[in-house]
Amino acid sequence: MIPLGHYLIVSAILFAIGTAGVFLRRNLITILLSIEIMLNAVNLSFVAFGRAQGNVDGQIITFFVMTVAAAEAAVGLAIVIGLFRHRESLNPDAFTSLKW
Amino acid sequence: MFETLLFYVFSGVAIVASALVIGQRNPMYSIMLLIASFGALSGLYIQLDAPFVAMAQVIVYAGAIMVLFLFVVMLLNAPQEDAAEWDRTHPLRRPGVARFGALLAGLLIIQLVWALVRVNDASAAVGARGDVAAISSVRSVGRVLFTDYLFAFEATSILILVAMVGAVLLAAREPGR
Repeated sequence: MIPLGHYLIVSAILFAIGTAGVFLRRNLITILLSIEIMLNAVNLSFVAFGRAQGNVDGQIITFFVMTVAAAEAAVGLAIVIGLFRHRESLNPDAFTSLKW
Repeated sequence: MFETLLFYVFSGVAIVASALVIGQRNPMYSIMLLIASFGALSGLYIQLDAPFVAMAQVIVYAGAIMVLFLFVVMLLNAPQEDAAEWDRTHPLRRPGVARFGALLAGLLIIQLVWALVRVNDASAAVGARGDVAAISSVRSVGRVLFTDYLFAFEATSILILVAMVGAVLLAAREPGR
């Protein structure tokens, strides 16, 4: 059987990849995709912990995370569409009107 | 033995595909790679005796959310126009700062793994406790979801409603423009 730690390390690597994507990429769509990677990394550790504890609570939290991810994707993409209409760009550095 | 091999194949595919997601210029390729990563993750969920989560992962994530992303990428029709220009001009894309961001992510990974090494019984087999039939059945998941987590479940429906109204409001064109 696979130890719990292996799942947690895979989850940690995925989370770090998502963080790196948010830091390094300059494209709003890719940043949203990186956030999805991070949410999935956390889902994996929830399910792994739930299985290690021998109950279904980890799976249920995962459903709630999926719901929040769907809501976040819908609202985030609506914002991206609105921003693109204003500036014709997906680069977050193009939107600096509120910067002092 | 076979199970261990499957675990390494699935996690390898998930990690490599996710790393390639953030390395792509074209968001279209990123989305396709992310779907591959989600498929591998659902394989891991099946190994963790959570077949319902695995199916929800494929149907909701790979099916619905990623199609939404694809739809927006196609709608905006701006796959990689900025990349070349911003690569040259933007300070965050200069090698030194990019290396700093990569360094921060590397530090995060080291810190997380270090913390995980110190977790109690992290080396215990993950499937050692609990009744597999009870954990993997949709019946028991549904029973807990609609009793212990009923309030959170109902609150989720309001969240979805608010997100729907917000998305429609944000993406709608202002009248008269």
